[in-house]
Amino acid sequence: MHHLRKIWAIMAKDLAVELRTREVLGAMFVFALLVIFIFNFAFELRVEDQRTLAPGVLWVAITFAGMLGLSRSFIREKDRGSLEGLLLAPVDRGVIFLGKMLGNALFIAVIALIILPAFVILFNLSAAVMPQLAMIAVLGTIGLSGVGTLFSAMAVHTRAREILLPVLLFPLIVPVILSAVKLSAAVIDNVPFAEVQQWLSLLVVFDIVFAVLSFLFFDYVVEE
Amino acid sequence: MLWRNDIRGMRMKNPNSLMMGLFIVTGLLMIGAIVLALGIAPDPVNLATPTERSAQRIFYFHVPNWWVGFLAYLVAAVAGVLYLILRREQWDAVGVSSIEIGLAFNTIGLISGSIWAKPTWNTWWTWEPRLTTAAIGWLMYVGYLMLRSAIENPHQRARFAAVFSILAFLDVPVIFLAIRWWRTIHPVVIGGEGGQGVGGFALGPTIQLVFFFCLGTFTLLYVTLMLVRLRAELLSRRVEHLRQRLMFR
Repeated sequence: MHHLRKIWAIMAKDLAVELRTREVLGAMFVFALLVIFIFNFAFELRVEDQRTLAPGVLWVAITFAGMLGLSRSFIREKDRGSLEGLLLAPVDRGVIFLGKMLGNALFIAVIALIILPAFVILFNLSAAVMPQLAMIAVLGTIGLSGVGTLFSAMAVHTRAREILLPVLLFPLIVPVILSAVKLSAAVIDNVPFAEVQQWLSLLVVFDIVFAVLSFLFFDYVVEE
Repeated sequence: MLWRNDIRGMRMKNPNSLMMGLFIVTGLLMIGAIVLALGIAPDPVNLATPTERSAQRIFYFHVPNWWVGFLAYLVAAVAGVLYLILRREQWDAVGVSSIEIGLAFNTIGLISGSIWAKPTWNTWWTWEPRLTTAAIGWLMYVGYLMLRSAIENPHQRARFAAVFSILAFLDVPVIFLAIRWWRTIHPVVIGGEGGQGVGGFALGPTIQLVFFFCLGTFTLLYVTLMLVRLRAELLSRRVEHLRQRLMFR
């Protein structure tokens, strides 16, 4: 029980920093919106029915914006010298990982939920798809932030920093993006759930397995 | 002090004569593999056009090629686990050597497969599970080399590389499964019922014999390349270490 409180404290710290500085969420939001605008505009000329592209655009927007948030997660700690402080805190390294991961997941999920209405409007979809898309967004977000948090902690110690994170992360999270896109497409096209059930299983399994692996490996990444 | 002992232990004992013998055997077997694959192996019975029949001979090199790529990445992942447990520099050297070789075979496999696909599938590239997985795997392991080159502290580099090589290797089957759930046209030759997919064919006894000969030869080629690359890696680490010692004396 007290582990949960510590995890919560680390997440709350990230949230408090963000609410005071507002340097990440705003940028993530505008960037995600830009991705949706640009795709909407870029596809207009040659694509017959833009709605067929909608799920892909949504997930490109969420992943790209998520990448911004993930890379800031540890760079912010490193640049202000608070990374050492965080690692010196009398808690398990796993607790630090879970706190950071939950914080990242929260940020990305918030952005996903905020851009969802804009996405629905711009692609002229029915508002009824929103609750289901929101649930898929949350599941996909967990998948992104598991390995994402681990790699963010890795990338901050390299010379290239934020450039390296997407290069390392994108190939690994392909299963998350694929299954999230498939599920979103099924929701938008009103496909019966039984036909895409395997994608939901894949997404959930990936979320769990890669969060656990990242949790185990975090120790090796932050050790000095 | 530990570091120094580690480096000393990295020296291979009298490697030259052994290596020379291995070179010669591997070279002769490779020549044998080429002769068998291009000359001795019969045409498969169920392929219609001459182009397809000629293009099919890539099979003797293409499949062993991918087997070596897979083996190299597996060895790197195992070396990663061993490094994280034992913390010996040697395992990091094994990891990076193996991934470099795997990446070379991965690249050759992508290019040669593409050349085969043109006459057979009438396209250079298709988003088919094995092709897509191979391409994503290639990107992952290029990322591995970029990660290594961006870290200066050797211990940190070894740790991050080990973690990444394990995660990447575990991810490959998941990616493959995800992409497989779209439709597939890559031929399933081994374990399939002769000729599934476009360009597939049945395996006769001679074809099987030649194939397994090539598979063994390629595996030996991997071992040879690995020993050469590993030796170069260990030597360059020793040079680096000696340079540091002279500088700080």
